[in-house]
Amino acid sequence: MNLIIISLLTLVIVGAASAIILFFVSKKFEIVEDPRIDEVENALPAANCGGCGFPGCRGFAIACVKADTLDKLICTVGGTPTMEKVAAILGKNAVAAVPTIAVVRCGGTCDLRPRTNQYDGVSSCIIEHNLYGGETACTWGCLGLGDCVISCKFDAIFINPETLLPEVDEDKCTSCGACVKACPKLIIELRKKGPKSRRIYVNCINKDKGAVNKKACSVACIGCSKCEKECDFDAITIGANLAFIDSNKCTLCRKCVVVCPTSAIVEINFPTKKAKMETVAESVKNN
Amino acid sequence: MRTFKIGGVHPKEYKLSAGKKTQITLLPQQAIIPLVHYLGAPSTAVVTKGDMVKVGQLIGQANGFVSANVHASVSGKVAKIDDAIDASGYKRPAVFIDVDGDDWLETIDRSSEVKREIIFTSSEIIKKIADAGIVGLGGATFPTHVKLTPPKDKKAEVLVINAVECEPYLTCDHQLMLEKGEEILVGVSILMKAINVNRAVIGIENNKKDAIAHLFQLSKTFTGIEVVSLKVQYPQGGEKQLIDAILGRQVPSGAIPIEVGAVVQNVATAFAVYEAVQKNKPLFERIITITGKSMRVQGNFWVRVGMPLANVVEQAGGMPEDTGKIVAGGPMMGRSLSTLEVAVAKGTAGVLFIPTLESTRKKMQNCMRCAKCVSACPMGLEPYLLMGQSENEMWTEMERNRVMDCIECGCCAYTCPSNRPLLDHVRYGKTTVAGIIQKRR
Repeated sequence: MNLIIISLLTLVIVGAASAIILFFVSKKFEIVEDPRIDEVENALPAANCGGCGFPGCRGFAIACVKADTLDKLICTVGGTPTMEKVAAILGKNAVAAVPTIAVVRCGGTCDLRPRTNQYDGVSSCIIEHNLYGGETACTWGCLGLGDCVISCKFDAIFINPETLLPEVDEDKCTSCGACVKACPKLIIELRKKGPKSRRIYVNCINKDKGAVNKKACSVACIGCSKCEKECDFDAITIGANLAFIDSNKCTLCRKCVVVCPTSAIVEINFPTKKAKMETVAESVKNN
Repeated sequence: MRTFKIGGVHPKEYKLSAGKKTQITLLPQQAIIPLVHYLGAPSTAVVTKGDMVKVGQLIGQANGFVSANVHASVSGKVAKIDDAIDASGYKRPAVFIDVDGDDWLETIDRSSEVKREIIFTSSEIIKKIADAGIVGLGGATFPTHVKLTPPKDKKAEVLVINAVECEPYLTCDHQLMLEKGEEILVGVSILMKAINVNRAVIGIENNKKDAIAHLFQLSKTFTGIEVVSLKVQYPQGGEKQLIDAILGRQVPSGAIPIEVGAVVQNVATAFAVYEAVQKNKPLFERIITITGKSMRVQGNFWVRVGMPLANVVEQAGGMPEDTGKIVAGGPMMGRSLSTLEVAVAKGTAGVLFIPTLESTRKKMQNCMRCAKCVSACPMGLEPYLLMGQSENEMWTEMERNRVMDCIECGCCAYTCPSNRPLLDHVRYGKTTVAGIIQKRR
């Protein structure tokens, strides 16, 4: 009997001593974290995509709490609603996030950009790019093997089996930029999207001379500058045989789309233009 | 018989064009001479549209130290300086010349008499080699004058001549040895003088017994030149493997042959050096092999740099009906071409036509850890590991696993029973790690 009592007591004393030591040690080595970091992290979408430029949502939360202003900090997945929540928690001002979307700048489908040879190697864009110029006569164009598809964590990009070009699903794209980094040809770009997700861009990145790349692909940009002259808002620049539309200056007027001789400039989500019927009054006025 | 100690494979030799006497080709209507021939900066064009040029005239100036001159291989008018597609499938700058006659520079000695006396000093020889635009004709096209100028703290002891031609199908070096043996040995003597050594060893694979006998006989009239026959094994012609086989020395990882006192030159380069130093002839022509199982007749042809391959192939009998792949070079390390409009470059050794059935890759299967690739790698690397690391973008680990030592010989992919594209992934890893190392500097 004595033995049992002694063993029980020993255990109780050891247990109590450990508890007291652990209590004091935990107090001494406690890491004090700003409780706001947890609050901000809970407000974030928990995608951990890295689109903000920080390691995971917690990394972004820490950066937000530490920063003086939220000017350079934007969560592309959550967008403006999330940033407003974060701003409310931290008592700072949220900057309205410019909505952007991933845009694939190549129009060279199987029909428009014929193959001159067949690639039989590893099914990876970056390896094909490292090996040789590609299956078509345009060495700048999309290789169609889907490195971008693999890199997307939101299932927002897929290869269209008829055209063999990637297409972006507007509802799912969070502008995290993973596909931009994955593409070895640097075809994908994050561009500002207008109201109703409208966007206009030059669907080509080929910098070869116009005559050469028109032979390779019928919708190539030949750097003819017609679009630059047509634009009333100075949004288009021509450099190295290629036109580029600055989405910050572009007003989506579509004049450049009409004027492009190779249909290299594309417009997305616009209603198709209907021929306007002149009324009698208007025709009298015009003559 | 001497050979390298680690790894290697023995693909079937298929020397279908062996012993076929070289044929002269007719000049094309337009020559497209690449300004990017070699590792290093592209050379700058020194002619413009409309200029008349003669054969052997300088048309491209070397740009910096690791760069080489480019000379006109035809005479005529410069049509334009524009981008032209090359063996990589990408477009690179080139000089387009509309051919008119075959007018050579008067300074070039066109006589066939073999000049044995070497009247120039070591530095004069190196200057003549640099002026003549000589690059390594083994395929890497490294500028020769740079290799002959080792850093001050390294001394050359032996000159090793690579007459191995270990790639299946190719026979251009073999034919050159049979037809221009004495000139080659004079070239070897010139190279020996250039780097101040009194010993040269010519390594030839044992499947070229006539060349070994011929050069052995000729070498008796020269001092310091040895001819050694080597076991038929791929890649016997890799410079580190050759040094191991002939001298028994191991070049340390990450170092170059001069570290063990050796300078390696291809036998065709030695011939080009002879022509440059003794005959004032710059590098603008070479022998290439046109071959393939489905060809009616295979052969070796003298071609000028800049001749479109389509033109050469037509003169060689035309592309065979059953062609799945066209390879510039040999089947192990050659480049598959996307068009025959590509022009002959200084490093082009041959065109191989592979029949359709042999051209398609077999389906890739899982790695079964059999380690055949490890046994086959002549550099002692672990290709299965490097491929896995490349797929997972583990660049630091790849560097630690000596990926930069890879000579891209293809032995690993050749032996893999699961048809895994080992070399493609290792090559991608090499490119990325090279970029990382460059940024670090």
